[in-house]
Amino acid sequence: MNAVITKNLRRSAAFTVFLKEVRENLRDRRTLLSAFFTGPLLGPLLFVMLVNVQINQQLDKADKPLHVPVIGAQYAPHLLDALEEGGIVPDAPVADPGTAVRKQDADVVLRIGAGYGKAWRQGEPVQVEMFYDSSRQDTSSAVERVQKLVEAYARQQGAMRLVARGLSPGTAWPVQVAKRDQATPQSRAALLFAILPYFFVITLFMGGMYLAIDLTAGERERQSLEPLFANPVARWKILFGKLAAICLFSLASLAITLLAFAVVGHLIPAEKLGMELDLGWRFAGIVLLLMLPLVLLLASLQTLVAAFAKSYREAQTYVSLLMMVPLIPSALLAFLPIKARAWMYAVPLLGQNLGIMRQLRGDGVGAAQLGLCLAGTLSAAAVAIGVTVQMYRSERLAISG
Amino acid sequence: MIEVRNLHKAFGAVKAVDGVGFSARDGEITGLLGPNGAGKTTTLRMLYTLMKPDCGQVLVDGVDAATDPLSVRRALGVLPDARGLYKRLTARENIEYFARLHGLDEAMLWARHDALVDALEMRDILDRRTEGFSQGQRVKTAIARALIHDPRNVILDEPTNGLDVMATRGLRRFMQQLKAEGRCVLFSSHIMQEVAALCDRIVVIAHGRVVADATPDALRVQTGEANLEEAFVKVIGTDEGLAA
Repeated sequence: MNAVITKNLRRSAAFTVFLKEVRENLRDRRTLLSAFFTGPLLGPLLFVMLVNVQINQQLDKADKPLHVPVIGAQYAPHLLDALEEGGIVPDAPVADPGTAVRKQDADVVLRIGAGYGKAWRQGEPVQVEMFYDSSRQDTSSAVERVQKLVEAYARQQGAMRLVARGLSPGTAWPVQVAKRDQATPQSRAALLFAILPYFFVITLFMGGMYLAIDLTAGERERQSLEPLFANPVARWKILFGKLAAICLFSLASLAITLLAFAVVGHLIPAEKLGMELDLGWRFAGIVLLLMLPLVLLLASLQTLVAAFAKSYREAQTYVSLLMMVPLIPSALLAFLPIKARAWMYAVPLLGQNLGIMRQLRGDGVGAAQLGLCLAGTLSAAAVAIGVTVQMYRSERLAISG
Repeated sequence: MIEVRNLHKAFGAVKAVDGVGFSARDGEITGLLGPNGAGKTTTLRMLYTLMKPDCGQVLVDGVDAATDPLSVRRALGVLPDARGLYKRLTARENIEYFARLHGLDEAMLWARHDALVDALEMRDILDRRTEGFSQGQRVKTAIARALIHDPRNVILDEPTNGLDVMATRGLRRFMQQLKAEGRCVLFSSHIMQEVAALCDRIVVIAHGRVVADATPDALRVQTGEANLEEAFVKVIGTDEGLAA
């Protein structure tokens, strides 16, 4: 039984094309490097570095003493004591707090007015000015820390004044907010790892890219498409063999990346941020399943785009532009608060994105979502393949000179 | 046997082929002669179904190329103007690839392979990658690849282009052998000497039309020129684009 299948496969023209393309491209160092090394490994490596930097930054800011220039420190010694207790190191005052913040000499500057002491003793409200730049995101945790310390000091002093007058501190705060954060360690991680799906798509894309260019634009430029088409084989069979080779390379690329992420997942100190990251086998399996139809779609889109180009270089430019497309859903999801609706799973790229994020959050991908995602992308792939088959039929395609 | 009737092909406003018709018989070498840009390559491309003619008919062994292009391609061995070898594959792998696309079985494949390799004297280059091959080695490999399925009809587009004297002589011997085997050999050239030395029949194309279709001797008689070169110039109307 097996022997018969092997024999039939061996005789199929598409399989012959597939075997030859795989063999030929396994001999191309640049393709190998990009499909099996730089493409799939650069992502995880970059990712680990990024996350580590981010985590260390946050941990540093929480624990480290924070240097804050304070103007008029002598007017409010008790406030300064409270701040120092909270890990703030008051620095020498700066002449112009606005400029100091804008020029990034200081993250945040406090200014205490000369009337502070007098007003305090008379029991009147006093003002502490805080200079900061909300467009500098890296300083937001420092700003928040200073603000919280000042507010805590104010609340504490207010409570003491009320007690001194024989009132319960509760009278001043009739409503209190009790925070009930529903985030799980996994969902907090998902926020940080929102770019993960993009890495997977890009890897898939890069894995097949050189092949797609080489097998269409490259063959035409080297003038080998004309003798190939002189063989008694329908062009769609040739195309299918080529698509299969592209798919194999991009799948291999994706598999390497998933493996690398599984290994690297242990190197990410996510638990330090109260997060949990599961990039194990189950995750890899789901990603692979979600990506399967996308492999087909991308392979035929790349081939189609490359077929329009007159030369290898031109094809490279076009295909690189095509690489921008997968960025769109990742960017949308990262910056816009989109609530996932059922139909979105049927949109290629968006569906994969949502599915992977769901899995990452630990919610799991449901059968309906999985079905929608697979069916939607598969339909898109079928259309793309249909158009590419038409393109392959054109007379223009084979003519190089 | 290749029969071409009233072929037309235009690219935009340019009429590349404008009513070409001729026959190439089995056991004969037919030369398609014409200056550069006369429409030789376009005519041949329509023969091996890479292009569809705007009108006209191509018959190979009686099969219409328009209705059954796969059978026509099976009956043809084609060396296109574009040789297009796969440079990361060896000569043997290049030949084997096309053999498998033709669906040859193992026994047939290697028997044909050995026969061609001997006839083309290319055994020493078989296991080298074709990258870095000389022009002659490239043509040999491309011809072996094109004829691996033992076709009755052979189309060679400017086969001696860029070859040195030794390689050209070898190739001419090979074409004589194909003729002796009873095949129909059709080749294009812009080199008169070559056509005169090899051909049983000469079809001269200029400006997309057939301007002469005769044996070399008949051509000399027809034009009243004893010298074949003068005869060519006379039928084409100019000596532009021809090489002696």
